[in-house]
Amino acid sequence: MFAYALRRLIVAVPTLFVIVTIAFFLMRAAPGGPFDSDRVLPPAIEKNVLAHYNLDLPLWQQYLTYVGGLLQGDFGPSFRVRDFTVAELIVSGFPASLQLGGIAILLAIFIGISLGAFAALRQNSGVDYAVMGVAMTGIAVPNFVMAPLLTLVFGVYLSLLPVAGWGGGAIENKVLPVIALALPQIAYIARLTRGSMVEVMNANFVRTARAKGLSERLVVVRHSLKGALLPVVSYLGPATAGIVTGSVVIESIFGIPGIGRYFIEGALNRDYTLVMGVMVFYAVLIILLNLLVDLLYAVLDPKVRYV
Amino acid sequence: MTAVLDVRNLDTRFATPDGEVHAVNDVSFHIDEGESVGIVGESGSGKTQIFLSIMGLLARNGRAGGEVHYRDKQLLGLPRRELNKFRGVTLSMIFQDPMTSLNPYLRISRQMTEVLVEHKGFDEAAARKRSIALLDRVGIPSAGQRFDLYPHEFSGGMRQRVMIAMALLCEPDLLIADEPTTALDVTIQAQILELLADLKRDFGTAIILITHDLGVVAGLCDRVMVMYAGRVVEKGPVRDIFYRPQHPYTLGLLNSMPRIDAQGASELAAIPGQPPNLQNLPQGCAYRDRCPYAFERCRVDDPALRPLDPAQWGAAREKACHLERLEGRRQEAPTLNGGVLA
Amino acid sequence: MIHTSAASDGLARVEEFEGRSLWQDARTRLFRNKAAVASMVVLGIIATMAVLAPYLSPHPYDELYWERIQAPPDFENAHWFGTDGNGRDLFVRTLYGARVSLLVGILATTVSLVIGVTYGAVAGFLGGRIDNLMMRFVDVMYSLPFMFFVILLMVIFGRNIFLIFVALGAVEWLTMARIVRGQTLSVKRKDFIEAAHAGGVSNTKIIFRHIIPNVLGPVIVYMTLTIPQVILTESFISFLGLGVQEPLTSWGVLIAEGARVMEQAPWMLIFPASFLALTLFAFNFIGDGLRDALDPKDR
Repeated sequence: MFAYALRRLIVAVPTLFVIVTIAFFLMRAAPGGPFDSDRVLPPAIEKNVLAHYNLDLPLWQQYLTYVGGLLQGDFGPSFRVRDFTVAELIVSGFPASLQLGGIAILLAIFIGISLGAFAALRQNSGVDYAVMGVAMTGIAVPNFVMAPLLTLVFGVYLSLLPVAGWGGGAIENKVLPVIALALPQIAYIARLTRGSMVEVMNANFVRTARAKGLSERLVVVRHSLKGALLPVVSYLGPATAGIVTGSVVIESIFGIPGIGRYFIEGALNRDYTLVMGVMVFYAVLIILLNLLVDLLYAVLDPKVRYV
Repeated sequence: MTAVLDVRNLDTRFATPDGEVHAVNDVSFHIDEGESVGIVGESGSGKTQIFLSIMGLLARNGRAGGEVHYRDKQLLGLPRRELNKFRGVTLSMIFQDPMTSLNPYLRISRQMTEVLVEHKGFDEAAARKRSIALLDRVGIPSAGQRFDLYPHEFSGGMRQRVMIAMALLCEPDLLIADEPTTALDVTIQAQILELLADLKRDFGTAIILITHDLGVVAGLCDRVMVMYAGRVVEKGPVRDIFYRPQHPYTLGLLNSMPRIDAQGASELAAIPGQPPNLQNLPQGCAYRDRCPYAFERCRVDDPALRPLDPAQWGAAREKACHLERLEGRRQEAPTLNGGVLA
Repeated sequence: MIHTSAASDGLARVEEFEGRSLWQDARTRLFRNKAAVASMVVLGIIATMAVLAPYLSPHPYDELYWERIQAPPDFENAHWFGTDGNGRDLFVRTLYGARVSLLVGILATTVSLVIGVTYGAVAGFLGGRIDNLMMRFVDVMYSLPFMFFVILLMVIFGRNIFLIFVALGAVEWLTMARIVRGQTLSVKRKDFIEAAHAGGVSNTKIIFRHIIPNVLGPVIVYMTLTIPQVILTESFISFLGLGVQEPLTSWGVLIAEGARVMEQAPWMLIFPASFLALTLFAFNFIGDGLRDALDPKDR
């Protein structure tokens, strides 16, 4: 088990390198520098500015400096937001993003699995179709459509919740963004759980459990659930990635001061270091979470541990 | 001797979008204590569905009608909670593929002890002890050390032994074995069948052996029931059926078994054609399109199962065929792995 | 020597029979699925409307009507969906948006199909260490959020519509590759391939009658499910302002504009959002229906 974890970790490191390298060279290959739209600076000042951002060094040296900095947690200075390093910006935005994303993924897991199991146990009944129909809505309707709609209903017409803004972290301000963020994942996990449970309940070993005269409760909880949850656990990796992606647009719509919003602004302003920094940060996060998910999977499925 | 299982007019149908599938058609039989009965037929003959119906394991779109009595208790139609008092306790069933029939996510220990804990109120320690002893009895080496392993850590033959042990934990009166050796190598097959014969002798369990392989029946069973297209076509003691089959299908099955000592060039005598579509059974006898002895009446009249004269044919012989007397004979009795039918 | 000609003849005939009826079976099952059929109709309507866009409205898509800026739906002036913030007819713009979204969906999916199928087939066919390496790469790429790469590419190389096709296709090929590789591997190993070989069926026949039909099924299903993903991604980046450029429009752009003024002009949000949602629904139902038709389970 430990060897398995170690192996997964070792695979993760080169992955990170690949991402950083690709991102770095892509950004440098882009036509136009970060200062194109500014006024033309006198040559002496321009030289200083370039030196400050290391842009006057040969490419490979820039790369090494960057990677070296990364290893120490230094993402370099932001090209656009003067006087702030990317690391500082990320740190300032992280708490908001973490709260939204963390609550969203927990909601997605608990509500999604419960709904899915509920529907599976009432297979092909009206309840099943209803739940799956609603779930389909959550998947097909994009969150940037859902968010304004929710805001329209709860914020404008019913005036129950604030329309936008962080409110310093007040609870009312978190409700709509979290729900908008979680909905597509709740829907997907519900469908996944339902399908998986139905499949497991039709498996031969569940038939054996019934043939042994075990109570239905044991058949479902002890024999079916573990196997049924495996695909869901596998999906947690992409689910987290989905929430991270979604946070970008949700934070923009609701004006949440999180990392996603910085990313968008950086993208629109061609702030290279900021964009890359956020990407690297998210990549690390996702890789670590995937590692956790892999370990969780191995706990549930004994066959995997010996591969 | 009271019948352990008495089935009358069992009828099982499945509702599918393409129509109704009549999988089991008016099947009646009984099995006495300590007996072993072989149920023989092709895939789709209904042989498995009979017992899934009895054990309440039918698919959602299946409905079973008729009467099924375990001793004097009516089983068909019982609510699940009531049926669970019999399943795994007095009636056990094991299935064809031991790899998919055991839960891959639970240890063997858990899958075995739970039977004793749930049905007999054992505590964990006692359940473990009894389970290990039984594993030992079915021939699992170092049972105590292997007890906490997962199914995928056992070989195919050993898994089937585990299944058998699991089924016998509560000392049932009847063990239904659905093609227990089909997924196994021939040598392992022989071992498993020998094990079943042993256990039958020691525990006095009645055994129903469902199979498509006549050789398997020859070695283990007292009586045999031949199924075709959901109906019983012939019933009787094994030896009588094998030496003097009275239904063309039985004869066809017997003749189609290849013999390793066949002299000279000979064609594999397969039964020509395909089994009929159970959604669309032809009028008359279901076997008529493949039967070399079919005549006019066969196309019109569906033959009922009728008893044969015991003086001529032996006790408890029945067949569903319009022929008065089948003349084709099997040359020699089929054997299993070189052993001769005693 | 035992003559097996009669037996193998029968076997070959059974195979033929089964090979043909598998697709017919699937087709029957698909058309029995009411949701899928309804979706196909809806999709057909939307696609037709998109193609016929210029003929369905008297208004050109980029003409500004100064007198009727942000006006609600108005049948007298043939503004069936109203006008947007610049006074352009929303109905026509929604249909032009449909063109872009559907085009992007289909083309990008085709790109991902080509890359994915090739990659997956090669990996599955070669097997062994090369396969291992190739799939390891896919695993690595899989864990990263695609969106960011697409956005990155948009930022760097500008907002060229062809680039969008390529970028979207390039990030969606991963699952296709996995599926194709999985199918190739499993089909390679299947017993009936060996049986066919042993029965003397030629290699070409094996490929066409056994390998391709088995791989084709999941590929078709996944393609149908990828199209809405791509459309969604494109809408997403357009919503953020990183997608297609003016005066071209897509549903994402329209929704972004609509969301901004949804209190005053809800029609600007509702119409394009409904079209987008309907299209995504339709593709998902069809994809689900195809999956059930080609591989029925007890649902």
